[in-house]
Amino acid sequence: MEKLKLVEATQMKSHIPQFHPGDTINVHVRVIEGDKERIQQFQGVVIAKRGGGLSATFTVRKISNGVGVERIFPLHSPRIAKIEVVKEGNVRRAKLYYLRELASKQIRQKTAV
Amino acid sequence: MAGILGKKVGMTNIFDEKGEAIPCTVIEAGPCFVAQIKTRDKDGYEALQLGFEDKKGRLVSKPMHGHFKRAGITSKRIIREFRDFDVAKFHVGAEVRVDAIFSEGDVVSVAGTSKGRGFQGVVKRHHFGGGFRTHGQSDRERAPGSIGSSSFPSRVFKGMRMAGRMGGERVTVKNLRVLQIIPESNLLLVSGSIPGHNNSYVEIRKEEKKLS
Repeated sequence: MEKLKLVEATQMKSHIPQFHPGDTINVHVRVIEGDKERIQQFQGVVIAKRGGGLSATFTVRKISNGVGVERIFPLHSPRIAKIEVVKEGNVRRAKLYYLRELASKQIRQKTAV
Repeated sequence: MAGILGKKVGMTNIFDEKGEAIPCTVIEAGPCFVAQIKTRDKDGYEALQLGFEDKKGRLVSKPMHGHFKRAGITSKRIIREFRDFDVAKFHVGAEVRVDAIFSEGDVVSVAGTSKGRGFQGVVKRHHFGGGFRTHGQSDRERAPGSIGSSSFPSRVFKGMRMAGRMGGERVTVKNLRVLQIIPESNLLLVSGSIPGHNNSYVEIRKEEKKLS
């Protein structure tokens, strides 16, 4: 196990802000178009975190133009420039997949502090 | 096909320069020691016999003990022959390290013993489709179906694929890419998965071609 950690340590990010399922976060994603690079923001509710080490990921859900969009990010991906915690949530579950079935008003209530 | 012996450490992923996550397997490869050199004059072919991982002396049989003693190395657990080494460059007892054989970007094949699955049915073992789940069927969902004709030939052909022991056999996975080498800790990272459970022994062989 230690040897696996040794490999992963080279690419692990040391400063990742604490965030939990239910929090609203803003993910700054590096997008490469041709030879230009720009930052794209993706703001939404964290509905799941999974895995450990370098393979850990988290899922962010937002409603974009009336359509639900979910993105799964590798936590340690170099494409993530920054993660901002916009609002802390207060939920009783680790996986919030039930939010998919709810209206946005209910989502606000469910994730309210 | 120069190669080395190693031990599967486990799987993880790493990020390439584009930031994409590549699934990879970490192998503790070597250091191996040359136990014997096969030569064209004496054996009819050229090969290096490599030993990997120390084994307690009292666990080693007397003939093997003598074999290691003659090579001037400690007793080893695993011994394998590797052809296509430049035999002249090595001497008996020499240390073979992972960074001496492989470099990043090499294409390798990895052979090992696959995980034992026990007695498995045809659906898992031979990828049969099984029967219908509906249409009034019972007990047919994972059944193998017919295994042959009737009065002629009045027997089942040899090699008919049926249920039985699965796994625990030698499997070679080809065309894996060497992603990274950490010489200080003898670690080798290859893309994708390799046979066997963690801590199982594997043979890593270099393939001639380069992946574009």
